[in-house]
Amino acid sequence: MSRILVVGASAAGLAAVETLRREGYDGTVTLVGDESHAFYDRPPLSKQILASQWEPGKLALRPPADLDALGLDLRLGTAATRLDLAGRTVHLADGTELPYDGLIVATGVRPRRLPGEGAHVLRTLGDALVLRDRLRRGSRLAVVGAGFLGSEAAAVARGLGAEVVLVEPAPVPLAHAVGAEVGRVLTQAHLDHGVDLRTGVAVVEAGAGGVRLADGELIDADEVLVAVGSVPNTDWLQGSGLTVADGLVCDEFSAAAPGVYGAGDVARWHNPLFGVEMRIEHRTNAAEQGMAAARNLLRPEARKPFAPVPYFWSDQYDMKIQAYGYLRGHDEVTVVDGDLTAGRFVAAYRTGDHLAGALAVGMPPKVLMSWRRMVAARAAWSDAVPSTASVVA
Amino acid sequence: MQVEVDESKCIAAGQCVLSAPEVFDQRDEDGIVVLLAERPGAELHDVVREAAGLCPAAAIRLAELVEG
Repeated sequence: MSRILVVGASAAGLAAVETLRREGYDGTVTLVGDESHAFYDRPPLSKQILASQWEPGKLALRPPADLDALGLDLRLGTAATRLDLAGRTVHLADGTELPYDGLIVATGVRPRRLPGEGAHVLRTLGDALVLRDRLRRGSRLAVVGAGFLGSEAAAVARGLGAEVVLVEPAPVPLAHAVGAEVGRVLTQAHLDHGVDLRTGVAVVEAGAGGVRLADGELIDADEVLVAVGSVPNTDWLQGSGLTVADGLVCDEFSAAAPGVYGAGDVARWHNPLFGVEMRIEHRTNAAEQGMAAARNLLRPEARKPFAPVPYFWSDQYDMKIQAYGYLRGHDEVTVVDGDLTAGRFVAAYRTGDHLAGALAVGMPPKVLMSWRRMVAARAAWSDAVPSTASVVA
Repeated sequence: MQVEVDESKCIAAGQCVLSAPEVFDQRDEDGIVVLLAERPGAELHDVVREAAGLCPAAAIRLAELVEG
C-alpha cells in the first residue's frame, strides 16, 4: 500500500493519520478537509469559546511542528464530491482526482436545520465566533433543542447574563439518551438558573428574530440557535456502492468495503461488545475509531473488531456529567450512589440482562472507572447492581 | 520522550489513565490529570503515545528527545 487517503480533517482524521505514521507506514498520506482550518477541537466551541474564556488558538489539536512531522499531503478548503470505488479514486470539488490504495472516511456530520433564515447553528469555529459576538448581557437567546449541545449553549448564555428561552419538542429533554429521571435532573438545572424552558412543543420555523411554534405562537428573540441534531456527511458517497443508512455502514472492523474504513461521527458500525449497530457523535469515539480504522487498514491479516465502551462528558452550569457505555434503548435506570435530588449521583443502566452503562453527575470522575470496567466486561446486571439500589425508571 | 500536560485543557475523562497508568493518574477530587513520569522509559512509549492520541482534550503533548 503506497497511497492512503483520509477524508475529513477533524479529530477522527487526525487520529487516523497519526496512527498510520506511528504504526510505521511511510507511504503517501493525503488528507482532505472542507474547512480551511485543520484539526481543531470542537467540544470547547459550546463551552470555553462561546463563553470567551478561550481564544481560538487554544483549540489546535496539535502544535504545527507535530503536524509537520507527519509529512502529510494536505488538501484543505476543498470537499470530496464523489467516490469511484472500483477505480479507487476520490474526486474533489476543485476538480482534483485522488487515487488511493486505502481510504478512511471521516467526514463527520453537519447540523440539522429547520425552516427559516438567519438562525445560528453550532458546529464549526466560525459558527461559535459569530454566536459569541452576538451574546450579550440582556440580549435574548432562543435555543431550539435541549440536547447536550443546546443545553451547554444555554448554560453559557445564562452565565453571560443573556435571557434564554429553551424550546424542546420532547416532553423530557434527553430522555431518549439518558432516561426520563436523569433527564429531569438535568433540566431542573436550567430552571434553577432562570432559563425559560418550554418542553413538549414542536417548532415549525426558526429564523432571525424568533421561533415559530406549531400552535402558531411566536417566541421573539435577538438570536436563535438551532441545536436539533446532526446529519452525517455522506452525500458524496451516494452512488459509490457503499451502504449509507444514517451514516456510512461499516462492519465490526469499522470496514465499509475492502480497503475502505469509516471513523468518527459519520460511521455506523457493529459494536460487538453490545451486539448492536451504533453511530457515536462523541469526541472520544472519534479518536478511538480513527486509530482502529488505521490499524485495521494497515494490517488486514490481523484486524481487530472495534469494540469500545463509548464515553461522553458534558459541562452545564456547575455540573460535570460523564458517562460510559451505551445508554440508548436501555430497559432500566438505577441510582447506585448519591441522590438524584441532590444533583450528585451515579446511575447505572440495564439493557436486557447486562449492565449497559453508567452516568455520573457531580461526582469525582474516578468513581466511574469501576463501572466502566464492568461495562467492558459485559457484567451481568444482577452482579453489577445490588438489589437494594433504588429503581427510578 | 518528554511528556507535558496542560491542566487547563484537561476534562478529566481519564482515558490517559486507562492507557498508561504508570505515567498518568487523576486527582481524586476533580479528576484532573496528574503526571507521574515526565520522562517515561522506552518500554512505555507506545502506551503513552496511545494515551496522547486518545485524550479527548488534546491536553497531552509529547516531545521526542534525542537520547544519549
